[in-house]
Amino acid sequence: MDLMTNLMPAAAEIFLLVMACLILIADLLIKQNNRLGTYLWVQFTLLGCSLITVGTHENVVVHAFHNMFVDDLMSDVLKLLTYLAISMMLVYSRQYLTLRGLFSGEFMVLALFATLGMMVMISASHFLTLYLGLELLSLSLYSIVALQRDSAIATEAAMKYFILGALASGLLLYGMSMLYGATGSLELGVVTHAIQSGSADKNLLVFGLVFVVSGLAFKLGVVPFHMWVPDVYHGAPTAMTMLIGSAPKFAAFAFVVRILVDGLQPLAQHWTGMLIILAIASMGLGNITAIAQTNLKRMFAYSTIAHMGFMLLGLLSGSIEGYGAAMFYTVVYVLMSLGAFGMIMLLSREGFEADTLNDFKGLNQRSPWLAFLMLLLMFSMAGIPPTVGFYAKLSVLNAVVQSGHLWLAVVAVLFSLIGAFYYLRIVKLMYFDAPESHTPITLGSDTVLLMSINSMGVLLLGILPNTLMSVCAVSVQQSLLLH
Amino acid sequence: MIFGLPVISVAIWLPIIFGILVLATGDDKNARLARILAMTGAVLGFLVTIPLYTGFARDTSQMQFVELHNWITRFNIHYHLGVDGISVLFILLTAFFTPIVVLAGWQVIEKRVAQYMASFLIMSGIMIGVFAALDAILFYVFWEAMLIPMFLIIGIWGGQNRVYAAVKFFLYTLLGSLLMLVALIYLYNRSGGSFAILDFHQVAIPMTAQILIFIAFFFAFAVKVPMFPVHTWLPDAHVEAPTGGSVILAAIMLKVGAYGFLRFSVPIVPDASHKLAGVMIALSLIAVVYIGLVALIQSDMKKLVAYSSISHMGFVTLGIFIFNAYGMEGALLQMISHGFVSGALFLCVGVLYDRMHSRNIADYGGVVNTMPVFAAFLMLFAMANVGLPGTSGFVGEFTVILGAMKANFWYAFAAATTLVFGAAYTLWMYKRVIFGAVANSHVAELTDLTMREKAILGILAVTVLGMGLYPLPFSEIMHASVNDLLVHVAHSKLP
Repeated sequence: MDLMTNLMPAAAEIFLLVMACLILIADLLIKQNNRLGTYLWVQFTLLGCSLITVGTHENVVVHAFHNMFVDDLMSDVLKLLTYLAISMMLVYSRQYLTLRGLFSGEFMVLALFATLGMMVMISASHFLTLYLGLELLSLSLYSIVALQRDSAIATEAAMKYFILGALASGLLLYGMSMLYGATGSLELGVVTHAIQSGSADKNLLVFGLVFVVSGLAFKLGVVPFHMWVPDVYHGAPTAMTMLIGSAPKFAAFAFVVRILVDGLQPLAQHWTGMLIILAIASMGLGNITAIAQTNLKRMFAYSTIAHMGFMLLGLLSGSIEGYGAAMFYTVVYVLMSLGAFGMIMLLSREGFEADTLNDFKGLNQRSPWLAFLMLLLMFSMAGIPPTVGFYAKLSVLNAVVQSGHLWLAVVAVLFSLIGAFYYLRIVKLMYFDAPESHTPITLGSDTVLLMSINSMGVLLLGILPNTLMSVCAVSVQQSLLLH
Repeated sequence: MIFGLPVISVAIWLPIIFGILVLATGDDKNARLARILAMTGAVLGFLVTIPLYTGFARDTSQMQFVELHNWITRFNIHYHLGVDGISVLFILLTAFFTPIVVLAGWQVIEKRVAQYMASFLIMSGIMIGVFAALDAILFYVFWEAMLIPMFLIIGIWGGQNRVYAAVKFFLYTLLGSLLMLVALIYLYNRSGGSFAILDFHQVAIPMTAQILIFIAFFFAFAVKVPMFPVHTWLPDAHVEAPTGGSVILAAIMLKVGAYGFLRFSVPIVPDASHKLAGVMIALSLIAVVYIGLVALIQSDMKKLVAYSSISHMGFVTLGIFIFNAYGMEGALLQMISHGFVSGALFLCVGVLYDRMHSRNIADYGGVVNTMPVFAAFLMLFAMANVGLPGTSGFVGEFTVILGAMKANFWYAFAAATTLVFGAAYTLWMYKRVIFGAVANSHVAELTDLTMREKAILGILAVTVLGMGLYPLPFSEIMHASVNDLLVHVAHSKLP
């Protein structure tokens, strides 16, 4: 009975693990040129996970495995969004990967393992579980980037990603060991109490905190720990870039919330200052450097850095409102990012990557509908209403103003003005310039449908943002207040 | 109510829905259908706004035709619409100009017709939303959304240097808007969690904050007006925009900025407004005098009209910041009149440009010989631009000068110089383009106005003369709201 109460909250993870192993074996029996079966099984697995996550949801915070694992509303919501993002990623990339011979069982199984890693991160309430999830995710991603063996640039990206990622993990572990030394526990709740009671050595704590924040910053990809982001985004095949740039942001958000906001709340006065520096540097460097890029994937990499900086603003405001706003921002960002990378894949053909700015020239003449969808995504990224990107910015800015950092809000909007320039440039290329090639765009109906839903979703959520906003706020509230 | 539907919502969404329908007609094979559908939408869009005028209660400053629904409950944001004497005329003006720009682009626009027409229809709905919004975020959403179609209009159908102009226009206005957004969020927290503009009017705010808010609003609104020294985007945007785009820019979009001053800056931060009124008046007078002189030396007709617009908008901001009833009503009348007159002038330049593909004054001369009807129309609008009594231009300018005289003789003196400069640059241009011997073979081949052009300019001519001879229908509707605003502004809001 005790075993069952422990296992139920983790039912989705267990199901995913079992299915991933089964698919791994079953995939050996399928012919190399027909992976549709595997693909459908993976989608089915994600659907099953969603049903289990919804089915096992309880309206209270449940701890399992001796407080190493937590199941609350925030983790359920984030997990559901993760399944959705992974599933969308698979739909977008099916044709793209098939044309490049990368639509293999390994890719899909690795994606599932990465998903499992994210789920563990999202539900972790113990430094070890957090680290376990993080490594599972990271190792899967390293190998996914390296899947395209004959591409020098992809191999280089994988190598950089691996080395810098390993360094970041090292930093994180080192920081965790400091915290363990100061508090005597790896369990987040116990760590919090130990710090609050004042028995822990303050210097040691802050020293550990610096390393933990550095490690987190590496994983989030914020300045000055951002060096891997442009190279990996640029070097990896677009489907892999989409995988890296979408769902893991949910896990990273949960990771930061669990460690900093929840576990190390008593040290907030120390990490707030660090986050301010990270946020401003990211928004500044990300937005300014993005202007100089001619490669679209690289540009989006810098844009990601800027967006993550903006998201940090919500976290450092130190209020429940702010954490909710940061979660909303992350969700919106992932939605936009999926659409943007999806568009690159849609326009790519066999042996041709539509990943430079010039490839978007005159898209309005080649396909007005796709151009319009991309226009919505770009305006949303720039934060122009009536797209949802505006409300993401609005809620974060509101939290910042509420916390009394009015100047920070002004800095943030000035950097978003700079950011608006390069998003606008894509609209300009699509609408104002003549196309460079007139190759007809051949599209799978499933990808176009998903692309339409994705972009129109950006618009519709912009007209009716209330539900998503409330879900984010309520789930963060529940997980931070009730335990 | 129209058929049980709220008037303002219909006025906003009807053109937008028609715009989407027009977009759905697809590529240029169906251009004719797109044009007809767009015209239907534009005319219907105007007709549905008429109840706003006929059903408007003139004896109250309260918001009328109010619609209030929950929208984003998390931030207490409402779908809150309503009009008072200050905003109602602008809604009519916007709806009035939509069929005109659709007609103006009827034959001239040949590529991507559906997208062109749809942009104008959608923008029309959005601009009505700006004037009717009573919730700050709703206002902001419409305010920013307005940029998107205008950006595309300038960038796709504009002239040589259109990309530069479009991007400059967008970034310039976005800078101001973003600072305003921060101010709005500050006010939201200050007012205890409300985004209602009318609640903002009541919040007590300390002086330093008032001044900062005023500056943030100033960036947003002054860029749109545009006031000296943030006016430099306007000549570029106007010159590169297609005729319809210039008309909407001059007739409506510039008014949005001045409307912002009246709805936000002045009532929300009255103390800062009084304190900084001197600066605002100085900038307005610089616009009136200096930009008037700049207009004098322009060789490009569109640029000349654009600079003339800036100079005339200087009157509007002057009228607002001298804080008396003449000034404020004069400012409003001037805005309406400037809408008609500058719109008409841009249409006239468009008529010439469509035939000659040149906006250079030097390329013309003696046009009266080949286009007598056009010359007559242009004469009327030129006179209205100068502010000749009997035209609409006179009403607004005269009232503002009257108000300025009450405030300070020298304000009135400086403002009145525009009557001289305005006459100089307008009539000089008229002389060089219209009179004299036929300048070259191109001018000799010109054909006079078509029926379509006569209809457009005729409607505007009637309006300009009508407003000039009998301005009462325009001014009576704003009395109550203007007086109420002046009373409100007279009270300090310091805590």
